[in-house]
Amino acid sequence: MSADSRTEVRVGFMPLLDCALLVVAHEVGLARQAGLSLRLIRESSWANIRDRVAIGHFDAAHMLGPMVVAENVGAGHLATPLIAPVALGTGANAITVSQDLWLAMQGFGAGIGLSPAAQAKALAGVVAQRAAAGLAPLTLAMVFPFSCHNYQLRDWLESAGVDPDHDVRLVVLPPPLLVDALRSGQIDGFCVGEPWNSLAVDAGIGVIAAVCSDVWERPPEKVMGMRARFAEESPAVVAALVRSVDAASRWAADVGNRGDLAQLLSQPRYVGAPARLLLAALNGSICAVAGQAPIQRPDFVSFGPDSIVPYERYAELFYSRMRRWGQVAADSAGPARARAGFRVDIFRSALKGAAVTRE
Amino acid sequence: MTEHSLRVLIVDQNLIRASILEDGLREAGYRDLIVVRDMQNLLRRIIDEEPDVILIDLENPNRDVLEQMFQVSRVVRKPVAMFVDQSDRSAIEAAIDAGVGAYVVDGLRKERVQSIVDMTISRFRAFEKLRAELDDTRQQLQDRKLIDRAKGILMKQRGVGEERAYEMMRKAAMDANLRLAQVAQSVITAAELLK
Repeated sequence: MSADSRTEVRVGFMPLLDCALLVVAHEVGLARQAGLSLRLIRESSWANIRDRVAIGHFDAAHMLGPMVVAENVGAGHLATPLIAPVALGTGANAITVSQDLWLAMQGFGAGIGLSPAAQAKALAGVVAQRAAAGLAPLTLAMVFPFSCHNYQLRDWLESAGVDPDHDVRLVVLPPPLLVDALRSGQIDGFCVGEPWNSLAVDAGIGVIAAVCSDVWERPPEKVMGMRARFAEESPAVVAALVRSVDAASRWAADVGNRGDLAQLLSQPRYVGAPARLLLAALNGSICAVAGQAPIQRPDFVSFGPDSIVPYERYAELFYSRMRRWGQVAADSAGPARARAGFRVDIFRSALKGAAVTRE
Repeated sequence: MTEHSLRVLIVDQNLIRASILEDGLREAGYRDLIVVRDMQNLLRRIIDEEPDVILIDLENPNRDVLEQMFQVSRVVRKPVAMFVDQSDRSAIEAAIDAGVGAYVVDGLRKERVQSIVDMTISRFRAFEKLRAELDDTRQQLQDRKLIDRAKGILMKQRGVGEERAYEMMRKAAMDANLRLAQVAQSVITAAELLK
């Protein structure tokens, strides 16, 4: 196929470990094999990603799973129906706290590698102690209101009886500012995707208190989001995108490719973080405290074929968290509208086509 | 409250662009302007300043900080909503094209902020044009330096005059379908390797 006949597809992404499948699809030539020429465009905020998809600057984008649901249930701003015909992997989130907070938590039983419940209980101890002493509540950050990070952090706090809306201050901060904010004491902890937790630990500023794959079942962390209209107008392109991501997931699932993947992602135009930190995250070898032996969580992150299916039940899960945390009002049509964006039907039919052409 | 009594908060990491915009709004009669340069504690600052309109450059990762205001409206005086509804599609597109994010307090009629947003878009575009011109000039200057250096190398190594050296590079560029500066760079690289 000549270069000219390939369809150019503009795809926005954020510099995070889990833009991996998009980078693999492009750099390993899998998108090209599917007849696409991917143009990956790095973005600086989730709000930009959402708006640029909505107005058609981007055909598709690396999106937080809950963002797609938020737009479809009317909690977003542009009310442009979005769909996710394929997910981009699971995991890679963790909760990191400052050295000071960690020290205080240790006084209430926190320890490296303990269960999230035990760590949350220790945090609850610190929260109560501070309240009793009349100190300001702890400030914890996450990266976007409609994100697994927000819900994982809230659910984790709630598991120990900490009310995230009253007992602590929850703020949004963009990932590039998190480490500095932790260093300067502006925040006491955060929930974010890799490589930002490892960067904080590596700098000797933070301690990973909980790994989110221990907190929650494992829904897709990011999805490939796009306008529903784009899928209606260009079904062949969308099917080719799904096949590209599927091929990328097979490539990424091969343990022998992990080193190459870490190298690819470490480039400044993608994630721009040290390859050794990215590789450690891919291996599920998590250094929770600088200089100490890593804890092993083989399922910390997954980009394999099992982790890219956009099941409707994930959309329901996200919707349930939105309801639980007061982001959307009760609406009997809500669950159906949430489910409608996760298009496992498009996913399946795209891959059925691939199997036929491969034969 | 007259139009010009609206309090406008500008969040822009590019100080030159921010002052261009500030000047423009001031000339248009808006007096109550706040330019935020320190990105730390942005949310706190907004809560304290209680702006009616917030303008932010889209390259700014802090845009996601603003998004939280829709969720935690109780911390802000009034909920802040993006200056859009479905009928404003072209306005949104123009703003995003120009690299501007605009937020206004809920309930403020859009006619009242339209001119502020229009002004912001036009100033951002003008700045972008200036920046492109500056990049262009820089590139030309850079090219000129490379070409002069390569010319010197050729004159010395091939024992030719200035015009002849230039002509050699120009022909090589045309034959290989390259820019003159690319050929010059190759000459310099080769000379360094052969040193």
